[in-house]
Amino acid sequence: MDIGWYLAVSALIFTIGAAGVLTRRSPLVILLCLELMLNAANLALIAFARMHANADGQVFAIIVMVVAACEVTIGLGIIVAMHRRRLPIDVDELRELQG
Amino acid sequence: MTALEAFAWMTLLFPLAGTIALALVGRRLPDRGAGYLATGALALSFASAVGALVSLQGLHEEDRQVVAVAWDYANTVGVDAKLSLLVDPLSVFMILVVSGVSTLIHLYSISYMASDRGYVRFFAYLNYFVFSMLLLVLAGNFLVLIIGWAFVGAASYLLISFWFRRDTATRAGIKAFVINVVGDVGLVLGTFFIFKHAGTLDLLATFEKAKTAFEPGDADLTAGCILLLVGACAKSAQVPLHTWLPDAMEGPTPVSALIHAATMVTAGVYLVARMHPLFELAPAAADVGAVIGCLTLLIAGTIAIAVTDLKRVIAYSTMSQIGYMFMAVSAGAYAAGLFHLMTHAFFKALLFMAAGSVIAAMAGEQNLDRMGGFRRAMPFTCGCMLIGGLALAGLPPFSGFFSKDEILLLIGDRGGWYWILYVAGYVGAFLTGIYTFRMIFRAFFGEPVAEARELEQGHLHHAEVPTNPATGEVEDTEVGFPGPEHHIAEREGTMKIAMSVLALLSIVGGFLQIPNVTHVIDHFLEPSFHDSALYAREPSTGLITFGLVLGAVVALSGIAIAYYVWVRKPGLAARVRARLAAIYRLFVNKWYFDELIDVLFVRPSRRFGSFAQQTFERVVVNGVLVGGTTGVVRAGSSAVRAAQTGFLRYYAALVVLGMVVIAFYFLVAA
Repeated sequence: MDIGWYLAVSALIFTIGAAGVLTRRSPLVILLCLELMLNAANLALIAFARMHANADGQVFAIIVMVVAACEVTIGLGIIVAMHRRRLPIDVDELRELQG
Repeated sequence: MTALEAFAWMTLLFPLAGTIALALVGRRLPDRGAGYLATGALALSFASAVGALVSLQGLHEEDRQVVAVAWDYANTVGVDAKLSLLVDPLSVFMILVVSGVSTLIHLYSISYMASDRGYVRFFAYLNYFVFSMLLLVLAGNFLVLIIGWAFVGAASYLLISFWFRRDTATRAGIKAFVINVVGDVGLVLGTFFIFKHAGTLDLLATFEKAKTAFEPGDADLTAGCILLLVGACAKSAQVPLHTWLPDAMEGPTPVSALIHAATMVTAGVYLVARMHPLFELAPAAADVGAVIGCLTLLIAGTIAIAVTDLKRVIAYSTMSQIGYMFMAVSAGAYAAGLFHLMTHAFFKALLFMAAGSVIAAMAGEQNLDRMGGFRRAMPFTCGCMLIGGLALAGLPPFSGFFSKDEILLLIGDRGGWYWILYVAGYVGAFLTGIYTFRMIFRAFFGEPVAEARELEQGHLHHAEVPTNPATGEVEDTEVGFPGPEHHIAEREGTMKIAMSVLALLSIVGGFLQIPNVTHVIDHFLEPSFHDSALYAREPSTGLITFGLVLGAVVALSGIAIAYYVWVRKPGLAARVRARLAAIYRLFVNKWYFDELIDVLFVRPSRRFGSFAQQTFERVVVNGVLVGGTTGVVRAGSSAVRAAQTGFLRYYAALVVLGMVVIAFYFLVAA
């Protein structure tokens, strides 16, 4: 199959993820969308690895998964902490770090 | 590690351990415990030095220069910085004198400082001072030498301003430190000049390389040696860097004894003797050193006749005697200079101890005009002062006679213009006789003053309120200043023992080396000076006999004049002073060296400092640099702050936008 199809699916998923991050206000959904973006990148990496018959891209994808797992752990931890403190679960409300 | 190396390291380690122990647990020790601990550490150090002497003498004569390396500190880019000691007859001679005399001074201080509130601090500093000096004389390369050199300067600062609530004492400490730093800079720069050509920091290797790296009279070597001389002059209080020494009398009397006899002022003499292979290749620099020594001995001698402070008279006599040593080692009379260093250490420590006893009996008063007639009240102190004075004046058979005449003998033997130094040396000896016995006659003879009469009745005079003798201000007794209790040698065993030992050494020390009879010092030091062309000179018997007779006559006539002026005709001194008012003013104002340095260096730098503070600091630093930087940062940050809205999604959108722009760029480029 042509590599173009894989990349098209990857780009589509990435765009869905990016749009979700930009439009949604719940941090949980934003985390999910971030996962979408990362996995879109993984798909592209694996496609390219198959195209070049080279394992490097696969290794890269596994490392991205590890990073994604870490990121989700921390992100969920923060959300749980926010929930316990009864803070609003809304990224627009969390803006103390403005200049 | 051989026994010799172990002994050398132990000599260093005991005073260091003493300092650390006193700093950590000193306050928990019982009464006077700190003093005994420090003295014990020094006694062990002296025992190690004796051990080093014995094991050094066990070696074959050619092998008596041992370098003990503990570890390589840095050995890169052509710099071989090691922690190494050079153990040879010269350094062993120095550690014996330094640790031996220091032990006795420590012993004396146990009683002398007993009522001082800073007792523990005093002994910790004292041990540190001796450690620094031992490190200096044992140094095996220039790096360790410079470290020891700077340590000695720091320790002298701590001890001179020991009574830090006394304004004059802190000023004197700062003065000593600043002048010593001038010397440190000279030493370091001189080292650079030599290192540039020799390529090694090790002393012995440098001397070996110098023979091939430098032509005789090489300009770089001469510059290096003159800079080393600057260092030596500052440490040894030679003209014109001597002004800190008399002011250093603000420290407690044992400190004066330590600085003058054992630890500090001899460092310059040692440095010149140690660097003799370099100075022999740069005869011009050596001649400068000899002239400086000669000028110093004359200038200090004349000032000592005029000043009235007991301790300052002895201080100027030190300057004068160090002048002899400086002249000797610069003119190639190494063994004679070091021999005088040793005998001087004995009798100068003794004189200071006796002076300390007198000052204690006067309850802190140091002015000779206020003293008199202590002969019957303090017979022991008087006897010690007389022995020290006779040795200082150079009367046979006291130790100073043989060592001083040996110096002048060898200088006269050089011939040529050295005869000027020879004559000047005897003029200096004549002055020595006068000022030494002026001091003794005024303090111990004549009509007893009230304090002396009180002491004869068995009561030691105490001041109601302790005051600073220099300014008359009431002393702050809260920190460190001695309380109303004083201690005089007559009543304190440790002071008496220390002074007796030194008195004995002052009498017999000279017999180590009598021309044409014994040559103990000459033979002992020979391995250190085996490469010297000037070392083994033998003056003719005629010159020797002439010198010995002349020395005795000059010393006797000086003492006789002092006796005539200050005992037989008490009013004569005042009449002479009135007749020679201009000269008297010159002498009593110390040849205006303080004022000269003030005008040449202190005031211009102070003016430059105030200019820098008021104009440069305010306008350039505060206005342009600091103000400009803060302005730029403030404007920049307020612009960036506007972008910080705190909206997470806004940031994410910016990231996406940036990525899109980059992607488009590559697409278009492709």
